[in-house]
Amino acid sequence: MTATSPDGYIGRSVPRREDRRLLLGQGAYVADLVLPGMVHAAFARSQLAHARIAAIDLARAAAEPGVAFALDGAALAREMPPIGGMQVTAPKGWAERVEHRIGLPPQNLMASDRVRYVGEAFAVVCADSRYTAEDAIEAIDVEFEPLPAVVDPETAKEGEILHPDIGSNAVAELHVEKGDVARAMAAAPHRIRRRFRHHRYAAMPLECRGVAAEYDRRTDSLTVWSSTQVVHWVRKELAAALGMAEEKVRVLAPDVGGGFGGKGHVYPEDLIIPYLARRIGRPVRWVEDRHEHILNAAHSRDNIHEAEIGFDDEGRILAFRDRFVVDSGAYSPVGAGVAYNTTAHLLGPYHIENFSGTTEMVVTNKTPNAPYRGAGRPEATQVTERLMDIAADALGMEPAEIRLRNMIGPERMPYAVGLPYRDGVPMTYDSGDYPESLRRAVDEIGGVEAFRARQEAARAEGRWLGLGLGCYTEGTGVGPFEGATVKVDASGKIVVSTGACPIGQGHETVFAQVTADAWKVPIEDVVVLLADTSTLTMGYGSIASRSTVTSSMAIGDASDKVKAKVLAVAAHLLEASEADLELADGRVAVKGVAEMSVTLREIAAAAAPGWLSRRPEGSEAGLEATSYYEPPTVTSAHASSASRTPAGCGSSAMSRCTTLAGWSIPGSPTARSRAGWCRVWAARSTNRSNTTSRASC
Amino acid sequence: MKPPRFDYHAPESLEEALDLLADSGPDARILAGGQSLVPVLNFRLARPGVLIDINRVTGIAGIGDAGDRLTIGAMTRQREIEVSETVARAAPLLHEATGHVAHLPIRSRGTIGGSMANADPAAEDPAVAAALEATMVCRSRRGERRIAAAGFFVDVLTTALEPDEMLVAVEIPKIPAGAGAAFAEISRRDGDFALAGVAAQIALANGRVSDARISACGLGPAPVRFREAEEILLDGACEPAAIAAAAASVAAACDPHGDVHASAAYRRQLAEAMTRRALASARERAGGSA
Amino acid sequence: MSDTRSVTVTVNGERRTGEAEPRLLLSDFLRETLGLTGTHVGCEHGICGACTVHVDGEAVRSCLMFAVQAEGAEIATVEGLADGETLHRLQQLFSKHRALQCGFCTPGMLMTALDLVRHRPDMTEAEIRSGMAAVLCRCTGYEGIVHAVAEYASGGEA
Ligand SMILES: Cc1cc2nc3c(=O)[nH]c(=O)nc-3n(C[C@@H](O)[C@H](O)[C@H](O)COP(=O)(O)OP(=O)(O)OC[C@H]3O[C@@H](n4cnc5c(N)ncnc54)[C@H](O)[C@@H]3O)c2cc1C
Ligand code: FES
Ligand code: FES
Repeated sequence: MTATSPDGYIGRSVPRREDRRLLLGQGAYVADLVLPGMVHAAFARSQLAHARIAAIDLARAAAEPGVAFALDGAALAREMPPIGGMQVTAPKGWAERVEHRIGLPPQNLMASDRVRYVGEAFAVVCADSRYTAEDAIEAIDVEFEPLPAVVDPETAKEGEILHPDIGSNAVAELHVEKGDVARAMAAAPHRIRRRFRHHRYAAMPLECRGVAAEYDRRTDSLTVWSSTQVVHWVRKELAAALGMAEEKVRVLAPDVGGGFGGKGHVYPEDLIIPYLARRIGRPVRWVEDRHEHILNAAHSRDNIHEAEIGFDDEGRILAFRDRFVVDSGAYSPVGAGVAYNTTAHLLGPYHIENFSGTTEMVVTNKTPNAPYRGAGRPEATQVTERLMDIAADALGMEPAEIRLRNMIGPERMPYAVGLPYRDGVPMTYDSGDYPESLRRAVDEIGGVEAFRARQEAARAEGRWLGLGLGCYTEGTGVGPFEGATVKVDASGKIVVSTGACPIGQGHETVFAQVTADAWKVPIEDVVVLLADTSTLTMGYGSIASRSTVTSSMAIGDASDKVKAKVLAVAAHLLEASEADLELADGRVAVKGVAEMSVTLREIAAAAAPGWLSRRPEGSEAGLEATSYYEPPTVTSAHASSASRTPAGCGSSAMSRCTTLAGWSIPGSPTARSRAGWCRVWAARSTNRSNTTSRASC
Repeated sequence: MKPPRFDYHAPESLEEALDLLADSGPDARILAGGQSLVPVLNFRLARPGVLIDINRVTGIAGIGDAGDRLTIGAMTRQREIEVSETVARAAPLLHEATGHVAHLPIRSRGTIGGSMANADPAAEDPAVAAALEATMVCRSRRGERRIAAAGFFVDVLTTALEPDEMLVAVEIPKIPAGAGAAFAEISRRDGDFALAGVAAQIALANGRVSDARISACGLGPAPVRFREAEEILLDGACEPAAIAAAAASVAAACDPHGDVHASAAYRRQLAEAMTRRALASARERAGGSA
Repeated sequence: MSDTRSVTVTVNGERRTGEAEPRLLLSDFLRETLGLTGTHVGCEHGICGACTVHVDGEAVRSCLMFAVQAEGAEIATVEGLADGETLHRLQQLFSKHRALQCGFCTPGMLMTALDLVRHRPDMTEAEIRSGMAAVLCRCTGYEGIVHAVAEYASGGEA
């Protein structure tokens, strides 16, 4: 047995467990799976933004050579319900604290009577190869009656109604306020009002999406492989849609080639492909191609903000009002969470007493809008930081200075923001020295004065140099929960499973580090099982940069429970008191008497049920526990960045020439970079009394 | 994104290929490097009934020296052109331009003939052909036709080739002694199609410009020589003021389009900047001091 | 049903034969017919480079070639890089420099880099960046990739 690392594994660079198979070409992504008797699915997708399906006939397609099955959206709708309008339901506290009206449309699995965006599926074909499936798609006879397309979010309300059941294209409105914005704005010596547009983005992982499914008639169960960040969500929606017990549905994410949020919710194909596998009794694989991905995988952002600030001669922001419209596209799969996340981050690291944020979500004939990296935060930061720059310019003040004047100082920490977070809990910034963070960032690029001198000189030569600042504070480590099961198996290995679904972050390595340290075993003795609903009853998934935090907490809690059992069994075996025992190097020993020890393997054997069991009288058999970690709320991380166009870069300088020079997150124990989080957890796990809500960062 | 069905032929002789082309009618397409054709097949944007793969046809690849010109077989890979010392010496403009064509793995397959026949407005090879007044050697069962570059590139993705004709070679006049050439280009990322690229070749005699060639890619439906800009340079010393005037002339004369990658106005601005850069380097390489 | 033909290639030193319709892309022939799924497919129109393999010693996009065109060719894929259990030096350097995250681009990166370094052994860092732009990586931000390729080109130990 290799020795435990003396300093532990957390915080140290260890080789990634994932690397070897990926470097050898032995990774297994959905497209690499081959199931006996498998057929290949292809979808017919709308090329019109908005149209009624007047007639559809699959007869010719179904008769194409090699075609096993063809189905249109209307036929599917008779068999399976749509996906609920909000995959993430609004937390109770949020619903109480945020004024809202939400009427989001459920998402049909395929268009049945009308298509609402280019790329929306209206029929599916299964055939012996993707080639023949695509041939058959071309043989579908379909007649569309075009409807006027709604493309401008600001006039969407007057346009053709997309979802007659909802009755309006304005599907949600949210409002929060603190202080008295109207009064403060009216009284402010200066006011600036601007319009900001944050265009559409797409996550664009290098691996497109994909789903494969196999139905087992004997056990009436489904196994589904999806390139997803949320296997447990997929299982929940799928089991509900098919009326199956969740335990009869196993969802796995094999190797996933990036997600960036774009694979962070349940898509129609996650349900359709398993349905088809059950319906036709053959495994079905659908590998999204890039063309489909661009049209059909969720897009993100797409806001138009009308923002206004009022400020005094010193640059202090007295009032901030933002009203923005979110172009949701045809559906908003995860509901209003992203839109509200924008509002929740508008105040950023600044102390502003009077604020109002109003959001309108509209549907348009575009690809559905769902989270992508940052999930609403960059939109907010763009608005706030631009307003800072514009106000500084109006006052002839340095952009860094106006920020410093408005920043929440360390003396105010913890700071109550006065608005609820998207989890419904009133936001509190726990700690941090924001002004120091900005000062350091600016210092790292040589300071403002030196830059201004260079800028002047360059301008005299006809070259324009720029300085960019960006500061933000974000809520991180969001709930609602994550689960983990930890066991010591008969081989003495520590086996952990959690709901995290890796998409390239290196979770197998990270959770091995965390577990090895929790158990003081060599990292080789940790087995990590991820993204498989069969290994954990309830899980949540990898979204919102939360997995290391939430999964590790659950692993820690479950480990504590199992360790207690381990010590009890070891005490029994060694005829010693638990207080005299210590766990290290894969064994439990009497402190100071190394010869008096038992290995985890021996303890596991002793704890097993049956005739050979040697566990303490009355104790439960087995070394296994599950924990669900529910963070009380988020913690606040902060960063400031400063960038400049370097001297020597010509007037046509592009963003490429920009150096990101400052990136510092000083001070706070909890607002440290996420990598540093584990240290906090490690401290917490060794010192129970240190368990506060902050440890959840 | 899987191609539709087609009949596939891989002839080994030119005659066989030309017969197939003539007999298959307009439904046939030649498959050279496939770097432009296969993507549109995968998107099912093109659906030719017949593909005539000329990769195994003998005698239409390779770089030959024909005195005052290079004869480059249509099936010569762009990668071979990039590494050819002959090309670097005798047609440095083509050599430099080729380095801007896509990426190495694409140049492994892409051919000079395919690029000319494809006539993408943003492609480098056609711009070089226009600047250097290359000759396109075309063959059909009916015989040979030699088409000057100026008459070959008709419009966006459109050439003077008849449906039964195949481009078999491109003749590139060698660079004269005392001349310098340069290709300057801006693209979103290295290897992407050009937002704007300018090809320039300047010959100096006694410090005076005796011949000037300027053409561009990405700045109009088909590559053309910018005669007015060339006139500005002729007989002068190609000094910075003349270069600036020529660049302004190119910017005024070009006919760029706007798309998601760049507006027409921005492309026009690039036209000026790229012309300036290309001319300055060409002049320097011709032996003139900056 | 349709007109398929037998295609024989040498892949990673081994002669392999499979049936292919003329329209079957080389990428699909390798992945689906021969079961070599190390070669990935990210765009099927030549942009992403994930499908890059070597054909007769040169890197090419396998999504832009038909399998029938490879008849008789020598093909190298990512599966052939390691020597038994020992990773190829470039593979080791990718791990060392954190040049992969999700690993989807990695096979294309490796095959492209090997050809690039053979093609131009004396590249500057800027040339490496330009050359490696042939393959898209959505995860890493390229720094690790550039460092790994630079160290490989300079002959440094893994
Ligand atoms: C990602 C990517 C980036 C690219 N970037 C660039 C770039 O920056 N600049 C650039 O110039 N190109 C670029 N290309 C395209 C280029 O590399 C192609 O190789 C070239 O345009 C076409 O050459 P080919 O031999 O591949 O032709 P093919 O794709 O085989 O054929 C193209 C067309 O020409 C016809 N054709 C081919 N050969 C002949 C012939 N001998 N006679 C008659 N007709 C013929 C074909 O029928 C077809 O219509 C790029 C391609 C890709 C995939
Ligand atoms: S799959 Fe071939 S280049 Fe993207
Ligand atoms: S490692 Fe994920 S795309 Fe490169």
